[in-house]
Amino acid sequence: MSAFNAIDTDREIEQEEFTPEIEPQATWCPGCGDFGVLKALKGAATELGLDPEEILLVTGIGCSGKLSSYFESYGFHSIHGRSLPVARAAKLANPELTVLAAGGDGDGYGIGGNHFMHTARENHDMTYIVFNNEIFGLTKGQTSPTSPKGHKSKTQPQGSAKDPLRPLSMSLSAGASYVARTAAVNPNQAKEILVEAIQHDGFSHVDFLTQCPTWNKDAKQYVPYIDIQQNDEYDFDVTERREAAEAMYETESALWEGKVLTGRYYQEDGRRTYHEEKMQQDSMPESPIAEQYFDDDHEWKRSYDLLDAHR
Amino acid sequence: MTENELIWRIAGGSGDGIDSTSQNFTKALMRAGLHVFTHRHYPSRIRGGHTYVEVRARGEPVQSRGDGYNFLLSLGDSFARNPQDDAYYGTEEVKPLTENLEDLNEGGIVVYDSGLLDEEDLPEDFDERAEANDWHVYPLDLRSIAKEHGREVMRNTAGVGATAALLDIDLRYFKELMAESMPEDVYETNVDVLEDAHGRVAEMDHDHDVSVPTGDHETEQVLLSASNAITYGALDEGCRFIAGYPMTPWTEVFTLMSQHLPEFGGVAEQVEDEIAAASLALGASHAGVKSMSGSSGGGFALMSEPLGLAEITETPVVLVEAARAGPSTGMPTKPEQGDLEHVLYTSQGDSNRVVFAPGNVAEAYEQTRKAFELAYDYHIPAIVMYDQKLSGELRNVDTDFFDREPNPDPGATLTEDELSEAAHHASGKFQRYQHDTPAGASPRSIPGQRGGRFLASGNEHTPEGHISEDPDNRVAQMNRRMEKLDSIEQDLAENASHQSRRGDEDATYGIMTFGSQQGTVEEAAEEIEAFLESVDECLVVEMNASAQFKGLVQRELGRFGPRMSSLLKYNGNPFEPAEIVEGFEATINGTEFERPTARFQPAAGD
Ligand SMILES: Cc1ncc(C[n+]2csc(CCOP(=O)(O)OP(=O)(O)O)c2C)c(N)n1
Ligand code: SF4
Ligand SMILES: [Mg+2]
Repeated sequence: MSAFNAIDTDREIEQEEFTPEIEPQATWCPGCGDFGVLKALKGAATELGLDPEEILLVTGIGCSGKLSSYFESYGFHSIHGRSLPVARAAKLANPELTVLAAGGDGDGYGIGGNHFMHTARENHDMTYIVFNNEIFGLTKGQTSPTSPKGHKSKTQPQGSAKDPLRPLSMSLSAGASYVARTAAVNPNQAKEILVEAIQHDGFSHVDFLTQCPTWNKDAKQYVPYIDIQQNDEYDFDVTERREAAEAMYETESALWEGKVLTGRYYQEDGRRTYHEEKMQQDSMPESPIAEQYFDDDHEWKRSYDLLDAHR
Repeated sequence: MTENELIWRIAGGSGDGIDSTSQNFTKALMRAGLHVFTHRHYPSRIRGGHTYVEVRARGEPVQSRGDGYNFLLSLGDSFARNPQDDAYYGTEEVKPLTENLEDLNEGGIVVYDSGLLDEEDLPEDFDERAEANDWHVYPLDLRSIAKEHGREVMRNTAGVGATAALLDIDLRYFKELMAESMPEDVYETNVDVLEDAHGRVAEMDHDHDVSVPTGDHETEQVLLSASNAITYGALDEGCRFIAGYPMTPWTEVFTLMSQHLPEFGGVAEQVEDEIAAASLALGASHAGVKSMSGSSGGGFALMSEPLGLAEITETPVVLVEAARAGPSTGMPTKPEQGDLEHVLYTSQGDSNRVVFAPGNVAEAYEQTRKAFELAYDYHIPAIVMYDQKLSGELRNVDTDFFDREPNPDPGATLTEDELSEAAHHASGKFQRYQHDTPAGASPRSIPGQRGGRFLASGNEHTPEGHISEDPDNRVAQMNRRMEKLDSIEQDLAENASHQSRRGDEDATYGIMTFGSQQGTVEEAAEEIEAFLESVDECLVVEMNASAQFKGLVQRELGRFGPRMSSLLKYNGNPFEPAEIVEGFEATINGTEFERPTARFQPAAGD
């Protein structure tokens, strides 16, 4: 008998179940791309038949971090940049949970960049959604790690002297096993990509272009967009690392020129997820550790049996 | 003190096997019925990389390293560099001898390896000092004895054989221990070395007064450090997750946990930094596993923000802080207690946590268990603070002490059945953070449980965890969280306070200390009893420069400032009992405190 009966239920799930009655309406600015992420996520969760109580959604701090207030599930609104370490440990504690992490471009590629690199490398079985609006939204429009070179903001009055970082390429070289980019203005593709990302066994990284009409007034609406899987010009194999790297490079460069490319970039199947890897080497039990505390028959070892080395 | 105790110091290069040789020596004395205590001096490159371990043995329980020592086994540093006189690090080869002479008591014994050091390598004044201090010097070619039977590294065994001969210790204990840990052929050569060295020294003239006391244990003993004890306390309390990043001296607990957790059905994670480490511990705990993390100074500083997140989201977690001399990288291998205020108050907002500072091995075990119990019962971070001194010293404890039941109880956590009866918002969201609860803690659910969904947030929040800046809600949540501290105080008062008090109930003089200095202070107190006169004064003994513990007491009690003088030590070495005796005399007699190793600060107003 599991202590966690919301997991793997056969119930019919309605999309409304993912709308919290306490905060049914998000307080993002009108026209904000973040609405698109919320909608796509609700759609994906419904399509996958997930129970809100088998999902743990861990968010960072930023406009994007409020996602956990507007999506009904178990939620953890953590601190700036730290959603990934919280999320991946929860997955190790109970691999049967569906674990999602989300936050902004500043949150994930800046202050939390180190965690991004390592979580991707370790291939934890979870989905990470980065709301990429190329700006710090919540703190009122400062330059972020993905802001274009020359971008002016109150803290960079002369314009950013830095080249923006390449989130897709970074993800690939760090070791993510599913990498995609989508955009809030493309709700169908966004939902499909989230479905695939959640289904994928391993670390899925979705760079989600979310326009910020309030602070990123360079009119970044991310239209028109091109779905690279639907366009013959971009024919490449998403399971081929080198081809993926090239497509990513082109996509990142194109965005700086105002051309929006989206779609699936990389998918590596058959690689063990992190918890599978640990189980394989006997450094993690096969059944969820969290269950032990509710199992009256679990045999608890004690230190008394380790004392031989001290006699 | 010398007549009823042995303080044996073994010195050599780091990497010369000093640790394992001293550990076996200690175990041998423990098995022979003695109480033992080790003090480990950590190698640091600045001093040329040499190290020593001191083993103190008495018939009675031992609380501290004691004053000075009375037997030096100097093995020489086989990793020595820069033999030239003007090298920055000096002549490293002789350091294991010369740097240890300062603390050697009158009438003490020196055994050094003449296979490494010729007479002309010795400092010029060596003979003069030896004579003035009545030291008994035995140059022995330990290397050659070792090489004759086996390999040069067995010179440690030769040194032990020589020690046994000079002190008349039965070789049986050493042989037993070697048999348990060595393959047969290695064992046999070592026995040859041991017996040969023993035989040669036994034939020499012995005119010294150093001897091994006798003792007898009523029950079987085990030898452990506080790092072992913290590990065992955590495992017995059902901790099954640890995340960390290496940093001296915390690494020891992290390593031990990482080695044991897989066989205990848990998980250990070495991660990218300490912010991650603490955050992982929160994530695993949130998902239902009893979890811990920890670090030392700088790494613990990185944990400040997740620590505050644990306070406001009421995520139970235990953090270990292994203090070392700061600020910044400070002196990485030296003990100090200057992190007290850091541990008590770091992170924004009103601090809401429990801090334990165990004083010995047994307390380290008890208090780590209690830290988990309180963390999970009250949903609060609990910190176990200790330092290099405690993590490095080995002491004997009754084996029976550890014969206890594990406690996997997840504390104030509901089952799905209990959740179905619990308070929910009309929408079905679980009220994880209710305003009024009996002891301050509002029971929690675990992700995956039916009927338990809620939001945990670092922002102030409603009973369901949704972000709220409503003033009434804010005050209710703050008050409930702060109330936990009162409940915990009461809990500790009723059950086990974890405060130890020694001596006369209506004593007029007091000494107060915390953490690792406890044993040394207790021992000094035995000597001080003789002085007592009726003045109401107290000496506060701590290893930092700004009297943080005294400040804490004054702050919490709001008075007693004029009664508390301070004895402060921050040179990187722990107190010796004699320093405390002198500090105490300065308190009551107003005599000058003259030792350069510590600072006396007379009492001032509140
Ligand atoms: C440690 C820390 N530093 C700074 C902040 C202030 N802060 C909050 S959100 C944010 C940046 C938000 O940008 P992004 O992550 O891109 O999220 P967005 O608001 O654009 O969704 C900053 C700097 C903080 N909360 N914590
Ligand atoms: S500031 Fe920008 S990112 Fe934040 S809610 Fe408004 S539009 Fe969205
Ligand atoms: Mg942003």
